[in-house]
Amino acid sequence: MHAESEIRDPLILGSKNYRQITDDIIAPIEGKAAKGWYVLLTICALTFLWGIGCLAYTIGVGIGAWGSNNAADWAWDITNFVWWIGIGHAGTLISAVLLLFRQKWRMAINRSAEAMTIFAVLCAAIFVTLHTGRPWLDYMLFPLPNQFGSLWPNFNSPLLWDVFAVSTYATVSIVFWYIGLIPDFAMIRDRVIKPWQKKFYGLLSFGWGGSARHWSRFEEVSLVLAGLSTPLVFSVHSIVSFDFATSVVPGWHTTIFPPYFVSGAVFSGFAMVLTLMLVVRKIYKLEAYLTIKHIEYMNIVIIVTGSIVGVAYLTELFIAWYSGVEWEQYAFLNRATGPLAWSYWAMMTCNVISPQLFWFKKIRTSIVATFLLSIVVNIGMWFERFVIIVPTLLRTFLPSTWNTYTPSFIDIGIFIGTIGMFGTFFLLFSRYFPVIAQAELKTILKQSGEAQKKESANHSHAHSHAH
Amino acid sequence: MATKQIIHGVFGDEVPMMEACKKLRASGIRVKDVFSPFPVHGLDPVIGVPRTRLAICAFIYGITGTSLATLMMWYMQIHDWPADIGGKPNWAYYFNIPAFIPITFESTVFCAAHGMALTYLLRCWLVPGAKAKNPDPRTTDDKFLVYLELNDEQAKKADAILKDNGAEEVNYKGTLYIEPAY
Repeated sequence: MHAESEIRDPLILGSKNYRQITDDIIAPIEGKAAKGWYVLLTICALTFLWGIGCLAYTIGVGIGAWGSNNAADWAWDITNFVWWIGIGHAGTLISAVLLLFRQKWRMAINRSAEAMTIFAVLCAAIFVTLHTGRPWLDYMLFPLPNQFGSLWPNFNSPLLWDVFAVSTYATVSIVFWYIGLIPDFAMIRDRVIKPWQKKFYGLLSFGWGGSARHWSRFEEVSLVLAGLSTPLVFSVHSIVSFDFATSVVPGWHTTIFPPYFVSGAVFSGFAMVLTLMLVVRKIYKLEAYLTIKHIEYMNIVIIVTGSIVGVAYLTELFIAWYSGVEWEQYAFLNRATGPLAWSYWAMMTCNVISPQLFWFKKIRTSIVATFLLSIVVNIGMWFERFVIIVPTLLRTFLPSTWNTYTPSFIDIGIFIGTIGMFGTFFLLFSRYFPVIAQAELKTILKQSGEAQKKESANHSHAHSHAH
Repeated sequence: MATKQIIHGVFGDEVPMMEACKKLRASGIRVKDVFSPFPVHGLDPVIGVPRTRLAICAFIYGITGTSLATLMMWYMQIHDWPADIGGKPNWAYYFNIPAFIPITFESTVFCAAHGMALTYLLRCWLVPGAKAKNPDPRTTDDKFLVYLELNDEQAKKADAILKDNGAEEVNYKGTLYIEPAY
């Protein structure tokens, strides 16, 4: 076993042993839910229902129910789609990229971050499904044999690349998540007493037993899936950005889009993980596992990706000026000073200025500040997508097509509804599924547990004195 | 008829368990399996678990995905109906390769990931409704179980080794009757 330096902060606080980790992770499943859980679930479920109502209305009357018009033919639908897909990226980044880099702190957060990814991608799917206008014909997006003289989709189109990218991303994320869940479901199966729970978790655990051969395969699968998911994280949002970048619309037609979208996605995803984690750690009393150090690590990722996003904004402005292309210059001038300038400045404040506050250690280790700033970042990232899409489309080449944009009641309803859906799913997940990958967490207990670290430090000191 | 005893050596920690496995192997006793709540690193060579070939499977599934995507796009876009969209004709596959890269990549990842995951689940027989494979439910919580199937003479030796190396329990779980080989 590798010993870890005493200088590194422990990742599991207090003196825990394997049994206590089991007890702490299973507590929300075995025990009664807190009152706060029911209150939150009711709120989320009601907003979800409201969203379903607006969704049904849209399907009934068509997307004329939205605020989109001939100029802004993409508006809240694609804004929300890109926003949700972006949020999903943190989950895969944490579970895949941080696994390859052997970052142990990911083990406390990867399970719920992956769950968040899946729920976010489901929310995103609602918007792409609806924005085609006739969702019952969406099967035409896939290359299926058909009666139209075998009319195939256009494989040269980034919109079709997106269909493949998002469906691969969604399904691979679900598989990665579930394979990690199997040993933890087995732990729950072996612990619970109520017959329905025994049956339920027995079914979900697929008969896992933890044999050495199975663990060896489990680790190989996790590693290879991580290796496959890593380019996937970068490709998905790059391809989403191609939807814009390969067009001829000024303000969209830029080569900076792929890296800018990917870092923006990770930025907003980590912010969402923080928002959720801070709630989960409070409701389920997981302070020993989701420590201030974890929060600090995530805030550092937010500073890095937030600064990349900030540099990208400034680069875009510089290149617009430097290129000498007046259309490009106007596009940016319009974003910053046009009729929707307030959204541009909201984006600038939330995304460029607010994450810089995390340079102060006091702020990045404060729970309240982190919670508030994580929400600010997500608001900012929503505005980023809005600014890219709506003000740009309202002012294209032909001034006679210029228009204004206001979202309709239905637009707002569906968006709020997806937040409700996300919340509902996440709350159910956190109550009935193991929120922390306990099997993985047990592997780092001896190196990163607080008591274990102290003990091994004392031991090595005593050892050196003896010599 | 030969008989073998089923022995469970239960440990509360992975370090003595590993030590016991090393000693068992050194005295020529085969450790049939070890059940643990988490992957114990370094255990595989000690008890003789060969390296899994799942990664090779993933590679094969991956190149299958690459080929399928290539074949699909060639057939649909170039061969069957070469549509000319926006003045961009689809004359030849090599002409369109840049535009085909994203889907080729996604298909590679899709097939590699799902193929490997499915192989893993089937190889370990992890399917809905499968019976729990651990012989003692405590092994998913905090116990490490060394599973042995030994004849009486070896069993006596193993019992001593397990107990000397800190096994909390040594449980005898019945007898296996082995049909003699003809």
